[in-house]
Amino acid sequence: MFNLKHSLIAAVLTFTLQTTAHADEIVVSAAASLTNAFKAIGDAYEKQHPGTKVLMNFGASDVLMQQIVKGAPADVFASADQKAMDKAVDEKVIATGSRRDFAANSLVLVVPKDSTFAPASVKDLTAASVKRVAYGDPASVPVGRYTEGALKQAGVWDAVSAKGVLAANVRQSLDYVARGEVDAGFVFSTDAAVMPDRVKVVLNVPTQTSITYPIAQVAQSKHAADAQQFIAYVLSPDGQKTLAQFGFKPPVK
Amino acid sequence: MDQAWIPLLLSLKVAGWATAIDVVLGVAVAFGLSRWRSSARELVDSLLTLPLVMPPTVLGYYLLVLLGRRGPIGAWLDKFDIRLVFTWQGAVIASAVVAFPLVLKSARTAFETVDPQFERAARTLGISEAAVFFRVTLPLAARGILAGALLAFARALGEFGATLMIAGNLPGRTQTLSVAVYAAVQAGDDSTANILVIVTSVTCVVILLAAGRLLPQRSMASVR
Repeated sequence: MFNLKHSLIAAVLTFTLQTTAHADEIVVSAAASLTNAFKAIGDAYEKQHPGTKVLMNFGASDVLMQQIVKGAPADVFASADQKAMDKAVDEKVIATGSRRDFAANSLVLVVPKDSTFAPASVKDLTAASVKRVAYGDPASVPVGRYTEGALKQAGVWDAVSAKGVLAANVRQSLDYVARGEVDAGFVFSTDAAVMPDRVKVVLNVPTQTSITYPIAQVAQSKHAADAQQFIAYVLSPDGQKTLAQFGFKPPVK
Repeated sequence: MDQAWIPLLLSLKVAGWATAIDVVLGVAVAFGLSRWRSSARELVDSLLTLPLVMPPTVLGYYLLVLLGRRGPIGAWLDKFDIRLVFTWQGAVIASAVVAFPLVLKSARTAFETVDPQFERAARTLGISEAAVFFRVTLPLAARGILAGALLAFARALGEFGATLMIAGNLPGRTQTLSVAVYAAVQAGDDSTANILVIVTSVTCVVILLAAGRLLPQRSMASVR
């Protein structure tokens, strides 16, 4: 009994220590399209700042924003469009003055590698041979909003959205195309570059609004200094170089 | 209210079909297992019970790999222009696989508790084996099977993980209640989410009440 009691206490202590001891641990909630680039940036940052651990939380920008609004302990928020960040600012969860644009991207239409579909414009998506088109859910995924805007501008939103398969984030849209479950899908050019052997880009899609990524410190962050330092690193020449390696362009000023 | 009715009707349709498939297959397999004298019997039973303990995302992934356009079964079906991924039929298959062990377990227990003396008595009266099954064994096991079917229906109605992976999130076509709740919460659309969870909760209460009326108290205890 005595031993059991001791091991119980030890277990409880370990648990509480593990949840509180890491003062230098920052949580970065970043858009799904940043997955590969931010993993590399996080590793490089940890090397430069020994003792600081960077935990990445990837997902659709609006989902991450909702989590932060509901009190998730994130320290940094990096969104794939301005709208998700605007909503976060409106909800007063962003530290005033910490918001910066750090990258730009472009929208592309991808098809499975072995597909023969070669559209001249997004209007060709209305063809009967195109059965399913994947894009992010415009209600919660930035790439879906860019897609909706571009298709509305081309006047084919109603026709294409009738064939739409809503993805929970941009990488799911990419995955649906790679598996050949849809005939085409909208992703960012940086996402298409992740799977060059399974998907091919058939169109560069002009968007209504330019695709820029904002980053900011979360207001309720308990590691504000670390969070600011991480944001500074992303904006630094080193961080920008890593982003460029993954195909991101510098933000349009 | 459209944003709640359409997913509700779709959920009921998917759960109904999944339960129907599970009852037919589950009763057949359970009867076979209850009469099969082999050391492999429990192994087969365990394998068929796997969906009960495996994470639905794992099942969803298996199904996606098997039934997808590039998968062994999906590629074959594609020749006949049959697609399961991103269709409500795909959602039926996901729900049926997840809920199958519930029918199997209840039906097997029900068959094993049927007193073999009744079957022997029927045989001495000269009726065929098929008639023994349909007129003696099945009616005696019906309550247990019904309880299993009810459990399977409830499980299929709530299916989320495997369904999302194979049927996706297509509003009006594959967006069941649980998927619609998920999509609404992701989008931060709390007013739609509120309507959906109320509709879901009311549906569950109605099903439980209906179950209480349909089933005698003793088999309800096994449901609870």
